[in-house]
Amino acid sequence: MTPPADTPAASTEHPAPAAAVDLAASVPAGTEETPFRRLAVDFAASRLAVLGLVLFAAILFVAIFAPLLSPQNPYDLAQLDVLDSRLEPGARSGDGKHVFWLGTDDQGRDMLSAIFYGIRISLGVGVIATLGALALGMTLGLAAAYFGGRTDSIIMRIADIQLSFPAILIALVLLAVLGQGIDKIIIALLAVQWAYYARTVRSAALVERSKEYIEAATCLALPARRILFRHLMPNCLPPLIVVATVQVAHAIALEATLSFLGLGLPITEPSLGLLIANGFTYLLSGKYWISFFPGVALLLTIVSINLVGDQLRDVLNPRLQR
Amino acid sequence: MQSIVVLFVMSALVFVGVYAIGNPVDILINPQADQEDIERAIKGLGLDKPLWEQYLVFLQRAAAGDLGKSFAFNVPAIQLILERMPATLELATAAMVIAIVLGIPLGLLAGLKPESLGARTIMAGSILGFSLPTFWVGLMLIMVFSVHLGWLPSNGRGPTTDLLGIPVSFLSWAGLRHLVLPATNLALFNLALVIRLTRSGTREAMLQDYVKYARAKGLSDARVIGVHVLKNISIPIVTVTGLQFGALIAFAIVTESIFAWPGMGKLLIDSINVLDRPVIVAYLLIIVTLFIAINLAVDLLYSVLDPRVRLADAKG
Repeated sequence: MTPPADTPAASTEHPAPAAAVDLAASVPAGTEETPFRRLAVDFAASRLAVLGLVLFAAILFVAIFAPLLSPQNPYDLAQLDVLDSRLEPGARSGDGKHVFWLGTDDQGRDMLSAIFYGIRISLGVGVIATLGALALGMTLGLAAAYFGGRTDSIIMRIADIQLSFPAILIALVLLAVLGQGIDKIIIALLAVQWAYYARTVRSAALVERSKEYIEAATCLALPARRILFRHLMPNCLPPLIVVATVQVAHAIALEATLSFLGLGLPITEPSLGLLIANGFTYLLSGKYWISFFPGVALLLTIVSINLVGDQLRDVLNPRLQR
Repeated sequence: MQSIVVLFVMSALVFVGVYAIGNPVDILINPQADQEDIERAIKGLGLDKPLWEQYLVFLQRAAAGDLGKSFAFNVPAIQLILERMPATLELATAAMVIAIVLGIPLGLLAGLKPESLGARTIMAGSILGFSLPTFWVGLMLIMVFSVHLGWLPSNGRGPTTDLLGIPVSFLSWAGLRHLVLPATNLALFNLALVIRLTRSGTREAMLQDYVKYARAKGLSDARVIGVHVLKNISIPIVTVTGLQFGALIAFAIVTESIFAWPGMGKLLIDSINVLDRPVIVAYLLIIVTLFIAINLAVDLLYSVLDPRVRLADAKG
């Protein structure tokens, strides 16, 4: 009924003729070509991106089912034995019951379990902060583009000033001001990131605003809220999705850095960054595993998200459509 | 004008915010001190006055170049930061030099033969440079070069020598050895950035008519690339690396903490941990000023490099 409802589909159905032929060949006969299927086929064109997606899915699985997968609950003090502290990877626990595949830290905690729980916290913080920033940035960016004038210049001026400072500096200041805690770090990440979305969505919305369907909606005298969120927003989503995937990786890296500096999460909720910081002192005496393995987990998380984000950018960018 | 507003807003926000975190008295004063001592200390630190009055006093003093005394060291905050500043600037400059000296040749290589194995390796490396968190790379550098190989020291600045009254590390062998790891660590992100900029600039420039013309004139490859291409791609590189210098100083906070480099970033982290408010506020004001100065310098440099900007300015 309303024209914008099917425009996302329409926008992905303008490929070059060659691509259409290509697709017809790759889609088995009898299955209908949907925008989503197209996206999946395009995405699968890069093997590296698929690898990234599989890796990310595995990490997500670990994050969600950490309590079931971990050999021990790393924060249940009753399960820890100080005699098992700082064991090398592959060593057996004192009572011979289980093997610490990735070694133990200074409190006799199984690193593998600690990493599973750490991924859970890192990923959770990253995703929540990104979604929050997405919602905030999108609303402000849409408002800026739609209303223009003073609203636009105030919002964008704030975003510009903020973007001219490195994210880590702003996050540090906010944490210095707010103090520690999981909620505080989410607020800090949110405040750091909203400006990226606001900018992205504003530039997309400025293009969309001048199109006929918005004019039609305006002529129907629909309320501004409805035009913004039902008509303008869905059509500005593709570039935002790309920015959001990459920003999740940034958020995780930033959170890890802040936790490493001792300003992020409290010790009771150790993310990967805090685990790495814990092992830092032992690194100098050659006990590499306390820092090294959480670092590898962090690395795999960030790289897999970046691989997926890169490919999404290519797939969703109409200018690059082959 | 706008930059002055930014300075004011930052200072007020930070001042109010930092005030709200907690009571530095609990941390700074000996818990065994009696009530009288505590009150005397509170008076001495100016903490008994209402918040707005403290801010006004702070502004008055700031205008006179005095940003308050550090609670922890009892010396002027600004002096404390200025003492640490050369170390940070040296680290950031060294990182910038590494990024440019390595990044431009690698980027040229990748841009001239984009399909070659070498180019692909360089680009894959630059993706890693973007996605690896700085602190993690720092730890790995320490693990490999200090702990396992034992080639380079992992912390501190080493002996410094005075150059025009400023203590620097890079003039002595021991100091240089201390500088290598932190500077490399800090340089990685910018190295990746310079490689990418140079590569895309080179690929674009090689298709331009002036390159074909220079070739047609019979100029050697070295001259075409070294003079004609390099000159044209230098504009975006200068702009971006110039603006990145501020980011380097900010990111030095992380590197300095890992390598125990006695710069102002480490001072900031230490100050946040003991709630040494005047130092935090002074650090931020100094860094905001520094950022504004860097932006200005890049603008000026830009007009020197790009005749189009220079001529447009002269006309308008």
